[in-house]
Amino acid sequence: MKNGNIVELKNVTLSFDGEKILDSLDLSVRDGEFVTFLGRSGCGKTTTLRIIAGFLTPDEGDVFFDGVRINDVPPYKRPVNTIFQRYALFPHLNVFENVAFGLRVSKTPKEEIGPKVRDMLRLVNLEGYETRKVTKLSGGQQQRVAIARALVNRPKVLLLDEPLSALDAKLRKDMQVELKRIQRETGITFIFVTHDQEEALSMSDTVVVMENGKIQQIGAPVDIYNEPKNAFVADFIGESNIIDGIMNKDDTVTFAGHTFVCVDEGFAHDEPVDVVIRPEDVDIVPPSEGMVKGRITQATFKGDYYELIVDVRGFKWMVQTTDAYAEDQTIGIALDPDAIHVMHKSEFSGLYGDYSTFSDDMDGDPEADDEE
Amino acid sequence: MKSKSKRKISLGSVFINAPYFVWAALFIIIPLGVVLIYAFSDGEGGFTLSNMASLADYGGVILRSLWYSVLATVITLLIAYPFSYVVCRLRPASQKIANMFVTLPMWINLLIKTYCLSSLMDGNGLINQALAAIGFGRLSLMNNTGAVIFGMVYNYLPYMILPIYNVMSKIDVSLLEAAEDLGCSTAARVRRVVLPLTLPGIVSGIIMVFVPSVSTFYISAKMGGTGDFMIGDLIEGQIHNQNSNLPVAAALSTVLMAIILVSMLILNRFSKTDEGGSMLV
Repeated sequence: MKNGNIVELKNVTLSFDGEKILDSLDLSVRDGEFVTFLGRSGCGKTTTLRIIAGFLTPDEGDVFFDGVRINDVPPYKRPVNTIFQRYALFPHLNVFENVAFGLRVSKTPKEEIGPKVRDMLRLVNLEGYETRKVTKLSGGQQQRVAIARALVNRPKVLLLDEPLSALDAKLRKDMQVELKRIQRETGITFIFVTHDQEEALSMSDTVVVMENGKIQQIGAPVDIYNEPKNAFVADFIGESNIIDGIMNKDDTVTFAGHTFVCVDEGFAHDEPVDVVIRPEDVDIVPPSEGMVKGRITQATFKGDYYELIVDVRGFKWMVQTTDAYAEDQTIGIALDPDAIHVMHKSEFSGLYGDYSTFSDDMDGDPEADDEE
Repeated sequence: MKSKSKRKISLGSVFINAPYFVWAALFIIIPLGVVLIYAFSDGEGGFTLSNMASLADYGGVILRSLWYSVLATVITLLIAYPFSYVVCRLRPASQKIANMFVTLPMWINLLIKTYCLSSLMDGNGLINQALAAIGFGRLSLMNNTGAVIFGMVYNYLPYMILPIYNVMSKIDVSLLEAAEDLGCSTAARVRRVVLPLTLPGIVSGIIMVFVPSVSTFYISAKMGGTGDFMIGDLIEGQIHNQNSNLPVAAALSTVLMAIILVSMLILNRFSKTDEGGSMLV
């Protein structure tokens, strides 16, 4: 293995009907890691996965596997396996034969097939289901068969295309844990596609945030959350107040009519910036002690916390607190230097991070629909 | 059908189904009974096996009919299957056009199509005239076994394509991708996924081509040689000829029905669907 990267994309570009789906994408996946492509529908994440699987060929750029260019290698010759969004189990075969499919195709000796299939069924907790019809299984069980069917071939890389999107919330959580366990036990590289940021953060070693056919940020979940690179990432991963500011000099930023001490450096003198404040990092203090003041326009009880919408000089902030506050109350806001994250302006500046039109109805998951 | 649970039959369902049962009795059950009675009666109302015994003379014709039908069925299958496979890969608009060309000949009566085919392929027909015009010798296209098989394939091809295409076009593309992902080349994909999933379509197609093939008449009489006539022609002759013999015609028909019934029973063994149901019988 050269440089420890199992999959590499270099300058990959793909258009459909003149529309750019992927725009000179560069990406490296290390062997054995759990990588997640995270983004909204249409951002190009599934397309990227299908390029790695071989179902799509990039217009430009190269795909490398283990250092070897595989642009022209058909899917059936690639040492990767895919778990499809709707599982794509073979309806004419039972559970055992579905799992054994890849082994039979590769002409594995008959006496090895039985033990291998049974091992896999044990791994996914489906022992005793060998002779069941796949059409009679529940969604979660079909999912497990699909995982076993892919993993029994010992692929170098497993590609998972929104595999949990068809499951209900409870089952989803169980499968997240399950997938993580299987990935650790097998040591196989997982490339996982999802639009669910929570899923991405809780399962992955590395998260690749995509939008408009481009990679917006690559990093560990904690880094993506704490150090978003631009307004899109900040807004897409968790809740963020994104406020226009001026970076006066290193460690000093002015926004909302106040000059704050922060911990960000390396910006130009008086550079206009986007400032990210996470709702849970805001300290509420008496108005007289606040760095800035705001009026609560909306207070919602969320169970383990309250969610406030606070009007600070015309810009609505979201604030999360464990204490109860009344609407129309004026509060003071204090921010630790650590609570302030400063980003360069980007094409996404001004599009996200303002809660003035926020309502709970819109807090749902707008990307719950199937992608592409 | 599998479900043998005894359900209460409501008055409404009796009312709705009554016309069908009356129709079936009048036009299917009773005529079949009449054929059977004729086949085993001596003309004066007595029971006899002599009609059946006389069929021994026609053993060759019966075997020939079977052989021709098998040939025609196999050839239509070999044409229809790859054709459907290719059509399924076209864009939806092109699929519609292809389908139209398949169904279009079904608008025209079989006798008319056969008549037209004969005049095309005749010794002095359009094809031979064209060949002669460009300097080739005339071909003997008609009045031989090949012409009969060709006529049958030509007439029955749509009945093979439609059921196969129908089943094949419903196969989820992701199943083919999954097969490819799991190591199948195109050939392996067809053998391991497409073929098993289209088996019900193949069985319907075989039934829909074999049944009319085995009872073919006119095509064989019009396009075949003197030694090419089939059971259908024989039955027609026994009814229409001057020395017509209805009991023998009935006996021949009975044998024909038995052949069809047995072949369908055999075919049904291959077409068990998910629900345990089977086609036609």
